[in-house]
Amino acid sequence: MDKIISLQIWQLASAYIFIVLLLLIVKLRGIPREKEIIIASIRMTLQLVLTGYILMYLFENSNPVITVLVIVIMEVFAVYNIYKRVKLTLSLKLKKIIAIAMLTGTTSSLLFFIFVVIHISPWYDPRYFIPIAGMFIGNSMTGISLGVSRLVDGITDNRHLIESALMLGASPKNASREIVNNAFDSAILPTINSMVGMGIVFLPGMMTGQILSGISPITAIEYQIAIMLGILGSVALSVILFVQMGYKTFFNNEHQLNI
Amino acid sequence: MFQLENVKYQDILDITQLHIPSRKITCIVGESGSGKTTLLRLLNKMNSYTEGEIYYNNNPISQIDSISLRREVVMLPQTPAIFSGTVEDNLLMGLKFSEKPLVDQKQLLNILEIVHLNKPLKENANKLSGGEKQRLALGRVILMNPTVFLLDEPSSALDEKTEKTIIQQLADYSKQNHKTLIMVTHSKNIAKTYADYIIEINNGKFIKPKGESNG
Repeated sequence: MDKIISLQIWQLASAYIFIVLLLLIVKLRGIPREKEIIIASIRMTLQLVLTGYILMYLFENSNPVITVLVIVIMEVFAVYNIYKRVKLTLSLKLKKIIAIAMLTGTTSSLLFFIFVVIHISPWYDPRYFIPIAGMFIGNSMTGISLGVSRLVDGITDNRHLIESALMLGASPKNASREIVNNAFDSAILPTINSMVGMGIVFLPGMMTGQILSGISPITAIEYQIAIMLGILGSVALSVILFVQMGYKTFFNNEHQLNI
Repeated sequence: MFQLENVKYQDILDITQLHIPSRKITCIVGESGSGKTTLLRLLNKMNSYTEGEIYYNNNPISQIDSISLRREVVMLPQTPAIFSGTVEDNLLMGLKFSEKPLVDQKQLLNILEIVHLNKPLKENANKLSGGEKQRLALGRVILMNPTVFLLDEPSSALDEKTEKTIIQQLADYSKQNHKTLIMVTHSKNIAKTYADYIIEINNGKFIKPKGESNG
């Protein structure tokens, strides 16, 4: 295996030339985006440095309670992020369902992945558990965010069609079937598309990271395939749970549209 | 068929007592915003009244499952929805939604004749004019063969001549098939010509019945 190239501080600093280049472009083009670029660069640097130290601490102090705690914090942050990302007013019921779907979908697929697919020992080994959980939770968060927007917009925009279907004796499930299907489809499509380009158009971050850190590309690919399938499962499970429970919040006990 | 007792819906409708007979044509007339559509929506539980009780065949509708009720008491809104697909898809949609057995093409063509819609079954429904869409939606409801028709201004998008033909066909159809037809109409002329029973609503209050009720 090739020797790993450890970056010197000046080498890392030289990479910031790309930020300077971007700042130059926006300045010359008169695009008022300098502030955001600087803030994003600083945040990215500080967050990653902090994460690096936290992960180092966690890897050296492997403990099931801490691993679970980290997952809980990630889940809470992801759910909060969905509420913030979706620029719609969400009912308390829908917010609860988002949280339940996120938690159930990601946890069940994560546990299957940890215990069956890669079978790590001990199961809480943070070196595996935390990055894999991050990828499952992050992708499911994006999927549910899309699903929420599509479901809420779909029901609001097609209120007239849904009411007409109810008047014809449709159950809420049948009256909103097409909208629920569209929301699910839109939410999982980005994950499916990313699978299509994988390995040809781009090398995924995790795989690139493993290859750069000296791991054989074959091992990196094996992990990447397993991770990609796991992500797909986690996104699909979280989103289907969300849409299946979510549409019901728009109807009351008398099967009337409640918006 | 329907009996309303002390029914209130928010501050829109307030009806002390009202009887709507079965197997008759009942027209609901009144000014815009007087609560006519709300009354129809209460009868098939698209809205729930805030006070009082409505009885359907002597059973309080609050105790009848909404979906089962809507499969017997079908409502056609003033601007009916046209679903994506063909004329045939739209005709069959009501049967599919209400989980009733589908019918053959001969019966579909027969329905198109009743509503005077001379269009091929494979025509894209979204390309029809407003009046044609209204007749297509009416055909969809007739095909469901419900016990009660709740029609909200079923001829609002039709010209005078077509309106007369369609309402006449509808009246004949409901008489021949012993259906209960409850229809909101802006036209006092239609009400006078076709209704066995007229309900006038003003400011959410039921004014007076006209005609005999024997339901």
